[in-house]
Amino acid sequence: MTLTPAELTSAVSGGIGTSPQRPDGNLKVRGEFAYASDLWHEDMIWGATLRSPHPYAKIVSIDLTEALKVPGVYAVLTHSDVPGRNLYGLEHKDQPVLAVDVVRYQGEPIALVGADHPETALRAMKKIAVVYDVLEPVVDMETAVDDTPLHPGGNLVRHVPIRRGSQDVEAEVVVTGRYEVGMQDQAFLGPESGLAVPATDGSVDLYIATQWLHVDRDQIAAALGLPQDQVRLTLSGVGGAFGGREDLSMQVHACLLALYTGKPVKMVYNREESFYGHVHRHPAVLYYEHGADHTGKLVYVRTRMYLDGGAYASSTPAVVANAATLGVGPYEVDNVTIDAYGVYTNNPPCGAMRGFGAVQAGFAYETQMDKLAEALGMSPVDVRVRNAMTEGSVMPTGQVVDSAAPVAQLLKLVQDKPLPAGTSSDIRELPGGVSNTTHGEGVVRGVGYAVGIKNICFSEGYDDYSTARVRVSMVQGELAAAVHTAACEVGQGLVTIMQQIVRTELGIERVTVLPMDTTIGNGGSTSASRQTYVTGGAVKAACALVRDKLAGRTDIGSEVIDETTEWRHRATESLDPVTGQGNAHVQYGFAAHRAVVDVDVDLGLVRVVSLDCAQDVGKALNPQAVVGQIQGGSAQGLGLAVMEEIQTSGGKVRNPSFTDYLIPTVLDMPPMSIDVLELADPHAPYGIRGVGEPPTISSTPAIVAAIRAATGLALTRVPVRPEHLTGT
Amino acid sequence: MDFLRPETLAEALELKASRPDAVPIAGGTDVMVELNYDHRRPAALLDLTRIAELREWTPGLRVGAGVPYVRIIDELGAELPGLAMASRTVGSPQIRNRGTVGGNLGAASPAGDTHPVLLASGAVIEVASVRGTRMIPAADFYLGVKRNALEPDELIVAVHLAPAKGPQQFSKVGTRNAMVIAVCSFAISLFPEENRVGAAVGSAAPTPRRAHQAEEFLASALDFSAPKPLLDSVKREFGELVSQAASPIDDVRGSAAYRKHALAVMARRTLGWAWQELLDGEQQCA
Repeated sequence: MTLTPAELTSAVSGGIGTSPQRPDGNLKVRGEFAYASDLWHEDMIWGATLRSPHPYAKIVSIDLTEALKVPGVYAVLTHSDVPGRNLYGLEHKDQPVLAVDVVRYQGEPIALVGADHPETALRAMKKIAVVYDVLEPVVDMETAVDDTPLHPGGNLVRHVPIRRGSQDVEAEVVVTGRYEVGMQDQAFLGPESGLAVPATDGSVDLYIATQWLHVDRDQIAAALGLPQDQVRLTLSGVGGAFGGREDLSMQVHACLLALYTGKPVKMVYNREESFYGHVHRHPAVLYYEHGADHTGKLVYVRTRMYLDGGAYASSTPAVVANAATLGVGPYEVDNVTIDAYGVYTNNPPCGAMRGFGAVQAGFAYETQMDKLAEALGMSPVDVRVRNAMTEGSVMPTGQVVDSAAPVAQLLKLVQDKPLPAGTSSDIRELPGGVSNTTHGEGVVRGVGYAVGIKNICFSEGYDDYSTARVRVSMVQGELAAAVHTAACEVGQGLVTIMQQIVRTELGIERVTVLPMDTTIGNGGSTSASRQTYVTGGAVKAACALVRDKLAGRTDIGSEVIDETTEWRHRATESLDPVTGQGNAHVQYGFAAHRAVVDVDVDLGLVRVVSLDCAQDVGKALNPQAVVGQIQGGSAQGLGLAVMEEIQTSGGKVRNPSFTDYLIPTVLDMPPMSIDVLELADPHAPYGIRGVGEPPTISSTPAIVAAIRAATGLALTRVPVRPEHLTGT
Repeated sequence: MDFLRPETLAEALELKASRPDAVPIAGGTDVMVELNYDHRRPAALLDLTRIAELREWTPGLRVGAGVPYVRIIDELGAELPGLAMASRTVGSPQIRNRGTVGGNLGAASPAGDTHPVLLASGAVIEVASVRGTRMIPAADFYLGVKRNALEPDELIVAVHLAPAKGPQQFSKVGTRNAMVIAVCSFAISLFPEENRVGAAVGSAAPTPRRAHQAEEFLASALDFSAPKPLLDSVKREFGELVSQAASPIDDVRGSAAYRKHALAVMARRTLGWAWQELLDGEQQCA
């Protein structure tokens, strides 16, 4: 790794509201950043995972004899070697660390090999003889509840009903639809990886790319049968997350091998294994009925939605609650009937991904709003503005939105932006791009709008907090601060945000961020757009304690001020199990998009020409990072709109590679014009509103609306494929 | 795994004769993926990157098997426009810096981007072994899915392609606007002096293949001596015949029906562009 002196000394400074240079930026661009897959330890061995080739099968027998004979193999482990609880899970402990007598999805881990070389581990793994009794998989989310039960309690993971207002009201204009959302993958570029190092006292250190160190630790300790303080985690370099690292992957496996062999064990998945190694976005089938009066005012919304959780629960219960509670979108509706079902099937397990239930509902309700506009002869923007939620509006849950909800303003901002110039003559800016499929033939332009709503932070009564420690001492004659948390930097820029907060709160320029690990208290999950809010709040609170002791001094001699505190956002309530009423969410975030697309209607290829966005972020602590989040979230929404889908057949993944699971490139994603509003939320630190997820929700439906406008097709499923556009 | 590093072609051919199980590797953009994913574990790799003559092209043209795509684009775009267009659609800039036409031929994937161009423009593949050199027309080179006409002791040395005597076009459908594997692809070459047309499809049959009937139809329908604007009926018939030449499958990248449909569209459009280029050229001459 080589850094120029200028980079080492360049001012990484500035308080909140500025955009200091992030320390990992240049390293990542140059390929010099140390990710978890770069971890290395003297004398380490390598772990490999034997996975089920079948989506559903009984395990008749497992024979390790031949695998153990391979020279260089240190251990071959199965479920019987799991010393603690062989079940884990974020919400339900239903997933085996290693399968016992049944496998419920293709790719389920069955056995582990530890060997002196990854190649040796692979060779030995292939010599493990497993006899399966293959069973008929359950793959249809709509009928799963009445199908073969895959778990002791049946196949319903959670049903969230919401009943508000009249349940049998009628309306002048009614539109209905059935919508489908395909299975999207987080497609983080750094695959799952970690290094487990055993200690002589029987404890273990794990260096890991994750989103939540403490919940990993708790699940690992339970599986290993160790006290929590015997399992120490340190965050390693994380190459993207987007929800895909909330569940365990190889964490317990690496620790098991390390404790069993007494050697440091590295595990790293390749791209194909990564597709089997983490949860995906729930595919969904959603039925909607919207009723409105002749002015376009919504009278009622009724919806029934199914979300396919796959083989294990993961975060399905919370995803279902989001889809339900956010199921009518950022609109005022007095009469609401919602039933959302999360189910078990033998499809790949699904859990957290950016947008978390709100994405699936968002595609459906925004398509319904366009349908309603068409039925009423109104413009898509007008029908949305007519029903737009504002501060003081009431959610379907009965919760009053008690901070800014500038839905109409966001829509008008994107509507008023200048439209892009006409269709280009540069093939790189036409559908098909450099593949040279059109020089303008068959190209039709369309414009579409969408707006979305997302809850920020953890909901439904969860005790959601973070812990921060701030230490101040004299270094070379000036005050210097160190900040320590267990909150994971996954690429979103939390390191920089924490430094900015300390600089603003204490007026200290030199701020060091200590490695994120479990020697400090829980930092909570890097998810739900919550880290700047909650860990930022904790750092701010710790600074306040330090500031009191500092008492204005700029020289504290040999004194060390060291304060640790926990900070929690305001409490939320659980949902009533029958009516779905309750103040379940902390905060709501909103974003709106206008998409302009060129569609080659003969070939069914799409080029998104512009994808402009307006979003309220309360307060932009780091304006450049905010814009980056909006660009990234919008790009991920573009992916879902036109290309990203894990295709399954009979529970098997058909495209576990980046050759066939496509994510947008720079030639697919247009430059964006972004309006950032800063309407402070009085309940949040600095007034901030979580920024990472809202743009992912409105991007997809805006693009599909634009494709619809260009083609006149109904397009009720995402991603839209060329076959849908050409009728082939 | 042995890693064999010959300095000369003669040495490489000796090694390949003694180790027919050795897999040749140049850019590594295909072979390394297979190795990394454990799809293949050859007993030996035969590294061709030290052999200077494989990385050269000579006027005429003889393009060494190890010339990377980026050089075809930068140095041969005027003489081999079809091959350059296809090369532009290969992977990312990093892949184009390393990947080679020789590698495309060695892998013989039905989805390989340069195959339809080689077929449509009548390329001849030069292969060599210690037994001597063979010149294999592209049309005889592709035998099956990822199978080519090489004997176990042979290496691909060069591709022989005459500088374009008329307009050439290449078009490829993928569901992303760059860095995408072909759902299907199509190449056309016009040979005005010979009253001849080359046309070939990619990723739409077990091998890349020529669309013979489409070629013959077009050769008879076009008047190269006095080019006039194309009739839509000619474009449509050509597209239909190209589509009929394909025997695609339904797979994760697209349906067979879509591939047939898209080939007809690409055939019509590329013919239109190629013919327009010819008309424009006539006007300039006149």
